[in-house]
Amino acid sequence: MYRIVKKKSLNPTVSLMEIEAPLIAKKAEPGQFIIFRAKEDSERIPLTIADYDREKGTVTIIYQIVGGSTMELDTLNEGESLQDFVGPLGKPSETEGLKKVAVIGGGVGCAIAYPIAKKLHNMGCEVHSVAGFRNKDLVILEDEFKKVSDELHIMTDDGSYGKKGLVTNALEELIRNGNQYDEVIAIGPLVMMKFVCLLTKKYDIKTIVSMNPIMIDGTGMCGGCRLTVGGKTRFACVDGPDFDGHQVDFDEAMHRGTMYRDFESHARESACNLMKQGEDKNG
Amino acid sequence: MAKNMDPKKCPMPVQEPEIRKNNFDEVALGYTYEMALKEAQRCLNCKNKPCRSACPVSIDIPSFIERIVNEDMEGAYEIISQSSSLPAVCGRVCPQERQCESRCVRGIKGESVGIGRLERFVADYHREHSKNAPKKPESNGHKVAIIGSGPSGLTAAGDLAKMGYKVTVYEALHLAGGVLVYGIPEFRLPKIIVQKEIDNLKNIGVDIETNMVIGKVLTVDELFDMGNEAIYIGTGAGLPRFMNIPGESLKGVYSANEYLTRINLMKAYKDGAKTPISHGKNVAVVGGGNVAMDAARCAKRMGAENVYIVYRRGMNELPARKEEVEHAQEEDIIFRTLTNPVEILGDESGMVNGIRCIEMELGEPDASGRRSPVEKPGSEFSIEVDTVIMAIGTSPNPLIRSTTPGLDTNKKGCIVTDGENGLTSREGVYAGGDAVTGAATVILAMGAGKAAAKAIDEYIKNKG
Repeated sequence: MYRIVKKKSLNPTVSLMEIEAPLIAKKAEPGQFIIFRAKEDSERIPLTIADYDREKGTVTIIYQIVGGSTMELDTLNEGESLQDFVGPLGKPSETEGLKKVAVIGGGVGCAIAYPIAKKLHNMGCEVHSVAGFRNKDLVILEDEFKKVSDELHIMTDDGSYGKKGLVTNALEELIRNGNQYDEVIAIGPLVMMKFVCLLTKKYDIKTIVSMNPIMIDGTGMCGGCRLTVGGKTRFACVDGPDFDGHQVDFDEAMHRGTMYRDFESHARESACNLMKQGEDKNG
Repeated sequence: MAKNMDPKKCPMPVQEPEIRKNNFDEVALGYTYEMALKEAQRCLNCKNKPCRSACPVSIDIPSFIERIVNEDMEGAYEIISQSSSLPAVCGRVCPQERQCESRCVRGIKGESVGIGRLERFVADYHREHSKNAPKKPESNGHKVAIIGSGPSGLTAAGDLAKMGYKVTVYEALHLAGGVLVYGIPEFRLPKIIVQKEIDNLKNIGVDIETNMVIGKVLTVDELFDMGNEAIYIGTGAGLPRFMNIPGESLKGVYSANEYLTRINLMKAYKDGAKTPISHGKNVAVVGGGNVAMDAARCAKRMGAENVYIVYRRGMNELPARKEEVEHAQEEDIIFRTLTNPVEILGDESGMVNGIRCIEMELGEPDASGRRSPVEKPGSEFSIEVDTVIMAIGTSPNPLIRSTTPGLDTNKKGCIVTDGENGLTSREGVYAGGDAVTGAATVILAMGAGKAAAKAIDEYIKNKG
């Protein structure tokens, strides 16, 4: 079983869990993901690896409560165990030879951007990080990013923290100020990655994005995670999750991402209602 | 005992189509004791045993049937067990009409003996009546790792464990069984039967480790480092194929693997299941194999009003098992044969709302000997559907070949093996089943697992 050795809330809807999974911890690299099932009858959900400790044998995941399954995960506490935890899946992010990189994280996507920034930093690469959030309350991993970035720019939609604006505003300013990046790595909501790619295309800077489509097995069997990259069907689980952002069909990916929106919001509602009932009974 | 000279097989009781198309319970109910006796008496026990040579695992068919006639059901089970590790599964899913039953002498002037139905009866009878717990064989001190817990891996595991090997089976999913649990639906193969077969293997000392994606968490070379002396790769079919026609990324287009996995492995057919699935009213399944039939019949049970099989060749060319086609027809699945999709149509929200097809006709025989379908110009038409399921095959999974240096694969990506024993280009590494052949049947995968187990045993013994 996969024991939760640490659980910490990062903001009202985002939490961190450190899970005991020695074999995965031994092999995990930034950019890879795991699939978990919280309980016996739970759905299989992919989550990108936020950190790992090879010596302690733990893998860290950071999740946002968006539907029934993440809500179910969140009911588990330190000392309890996840039913299933499998990985490391997907290909690691390619970092070889990079000297100067802009790492862009949006919202909970920062959890995935952080280990890449850390790896780049540790190999001596100059890292400029841009982290975007809706508002001050949702800011996560600020200290962690600071430690591994030569420059850190925090952006909020409403200006309640850092600078007001979008990550693309900050990135464009950095580029205009004469920064020459070998690569931009952007991880966040699809719409954010799409606009980062439109911007970097204009400046002709190679851009890598991390895709997180709907997935079941995560090992190259179901084909649910397919997306169109450079006009070809690719599978995020075995060909990705990192892809050349200038080749990804984001509009199609956004459409496909909404396939089960009704089901998910229904699942979230019924999970909420169950919890409410529980609270009522307990209270 | 008098032979039963009825030219027809004793029919197997089934759930009525009108009832079964609304549930996921098993369709075929199996012979009663009396029916099995009566059918067994149709076997002439002929000298040449042509049936046996047409069985991929060479079950001594006339002998087990003779035991049934003598009402020695345990004896019958023992004979089948010598050749097959999964009799309850094979009795249900083998294409008998193309194997054992196709050579049956009784088939010349009537219907062949119902060998598959008898095999199923014997296995089920054993499961329900036997009190003998399987014995754990004496260890021979050697370790073997098996990658994949589908029919091929389970067969190899069973055979090797019986010879005394310490066997560990690594499974990527959270549940063992491979295609038997994620692919073949409950109504054709109840999962409790698969579980029982897996429990039997555990009882004879086989370790099954789930959530282990070999090629990622451990490599083939690391499995050797852990003391395994040989490795069998039975990783199955792999990535689903698509047709590369417009519209395949619309919402409502599934690969059969995804559709069936949601329903079977993740139990999306049950009320309250947490894995979502589309409940299409009009569903098109593209393809004509067993997987296509399974997907179509699942769609019907999920509440679809119209389910179409869209297949580019004719009814006679359908690669599916005969019984599956008949059952699908009885369940009002609509067969649009000699029809090929050219585009999947969608509405402004990106949902499927139709499939554009073209009529086909059969031309000259192709390399496979089947007459190849050719488009009829100007014959395009559309069918109104909200869900499309692509069941046109798979291409091999890249995870093992990309992490195992020296493991040769062919240009399709299938693992190359030397002859029938499954030896790959790497010493001590054997492979079989769909990972080698591309998508095929459960019994062929089992046959490969069996042959490899024998070869592994010889390899380890000769290594000294």
